[in-house]
Amino acid sequence: MSSPPLLRGTPPPAPSTADRPVGPSEGVSRGAEDLSEVTTRIREHIVTMCASPEGGHLGGSMSLVEILAVLYFRVLRHDPGFPGLPERDVLLLSKGHGGIGLFATLCEAGYFPASELDGYARPGSHFTAHPHPGIPGVEMPSGSLGHGLAVGTGHALAHRLERSDRRCFVVMGDGELQEGSVWEAASVASAQRLGRLTAIVDRNGLQISGATEAVGALEPLADRWRAFGWRVLEADGHDTGALTEALSLAPDPHRPTVLIAHTVKGKGVAPIEGQARSHYARLGRRQQLALLKALRADAEARR
Amino acid sequence: MTTAAATAPAGTRPSTRPAAPAGTDRSAREVYRDTIAGLLPAEDRLVVLDSDTGLFSGVDFRGGRERYLNLGIAEHTLMGAAAGLAREGRIPVVNTMAAFAASRALEAVKLDIALGGLPVLIAATHSGVSAGHLGPTHHALEDLASMRVLPRMTVVVPGDAAQTAELLRQALASGGPVYFRLGRGATPALPAGAGPVRLGEAQILRRGTDITLAACGPYPVLAALEAAELLAADGVSANVLHLHTVKPLDTPALLEALGDQRTVITVEEHWAAGGFGSAVAEELSARRPVQVHRIAMPDAFVPVAGGQRLLLERAGVSARSVAESARRALGTSQGGTR
Repeated sequence: MSSPPLLRGTPPPAPSTADRPVGPSEGVSRGAEDLSEVTTRIREHIVTMCASPEGGHLGGSMSLVEILAVLYFRVLRHDPGFPGLPERDVLLLSKGHGGIGLFATLCEAGYFPASELDGYARPGSHFTAHPHPGIPGVEMPSGSLGHGLAVGTGHALAHRLERSDRRCFVVMGDGELQEGSVWEAASVASAQRLGRLTAIVDRNGLQISGATEAVGALEPLADRWRAFGWRVLEADGHDTGALTEALSLAPDPHRPTVLIAHTVKGKGVAPIEGQARSHYARLGRRQQLALLKALRADAEARR
Repeated sequence: MTTAAATAPAGTRPSTRPAAPAGTDRSAREVYRDTIAGLLPAEDRLVVLDSDTGLFSGVDFRGGRERYLNLGIAEHTLMGAAAGLAREGRIPVVNTMAAFAASRALEAVKLDIALGGLPVLIAATHSGVSAGHLGPTHHALEDLASMRVLPRMTVVVPGDAAQTAELLRQALASGGPVYFRLGRGATPALPAGAGPVRLGEAQILRRGTDITLAACGPYPVLAALEAAELLAADGVSANVLHLHTVKPLDTPALLEALGDQRTVITVEEHWAAGGFGSAVAEELSARRPVQVHRIAMPDAFVPVAGGQRLLLERAGVSARSVAESARRALGTSQGGTR
């Protein structure tokens, strides 16, 4: 068919060169500096958002902190000044209830000033509890669970068509894996051999009504992913060194990778660590100040 | 899904097959397939995502081969993957059946595609009762309702095979999400003379002064045209409008055609609730003191075998029903049918 080009708009970018314009990616030397100051500040933002009039998803955001910090400060190729950078790696937070963890991390990474987080959940603010692309740095809307891996599959297919070395990371909750659509996408990504797609499971073991193993058992989780054709990595999800190492491994060209990150729900807030009731919290002013003080004291103790 | 594969024209090379002569029944689904097969090699942004329907079996995409991806029986994942591809600058065409696109995968369509206003064309075949003997699991009589309520979604129902090729090109160039509703088998060509087909614009197939018949879908349009003939024999003069674009609905054309008439009869291959007739009623109710009578599928599943036309006629989506409804409406609202 010899018709003129039908479709408006810019064509997909040309195959990417191996240049790495900004941010680290695999094979590049990583900042050796400690991330603990960054993770402390992220946790402080989370506590403060949970002390807003609407409260917030405390436990599942706290368990994510090191995962997101390592991604944005050590692994992802990205540019906070240009969120649409064509060469960027793509991060999808499929567990949308980790939204305030993502917002806090994006803020620390430089996507927007901390003052914007003051609007969280207040009338008229873009900062809703669950993320959407109206917020700088957010790639997709999430909150209904079980959507991210399919969308990530699409990004990875596009990257492959472009012969690009971009990577796509999809962060999921463990309870989220009870959604059938996750396994539908897991099959497709494996059948398509999407080696540059990485799923990360925030394995904190808890969901709203209790332990995942009591509500909708997931174990043997690593075997399950292996059976679906994925390369499986496991790490302590609060050990930034171990996370950096796992997420910096060269992709397996023949199969996607899942990192099961073993975490603690509510990590960093001693009274609620490892408790399902930390899922959502409305903190009073006194609680907020006490938690901020404790987080700062912990950070000082680690110095 | 295996049923679809069994009915697909395996081994054919449709893009090089000669066009059927004018006036012959043709399948809009096959014309859509041939149009896509022709566009794919040259249009770099196009990516076809298939769900093991078998529709493209044997098609040679030539230089576009790597942009045809059969992802398997996974409709939710197809919609999500389409969103990811669209966010990367591609224009995905999701090929599946209407029943699975509009119900099974609806949440992915809503959140992953419509919320982002992404340029994804959902090619939904086997719509209405066109799957006939395949039974109620493969009928889609709810899809216009579920799709047209989604913000940013364009909803198109080509009236015949020839319009399908034209509307498909326009829909792909629209830059946003499109639900493109197709049948399964061949349907008759609409009469010539309606002028060019343009996305979002109603076609006026016949001018009349007493009543307006507004139709959507191949057989409903034919039923409306035939009903207009029946009414003409009674001395009733009817407009016939073809609204192939359900959203955005061409309300200005409807209002213009209506003039000071008081009655609209809508005809569609969809459950009466929430479909094309409902869309017309919603648009007109605040603007004109008119009655809208909906000829549509009754509030029931269709658990019997039969061809598309037979099932429609048995359910009352027919020229006779349209003409009867028109006579009744004119009799009550205007005191007689002259």
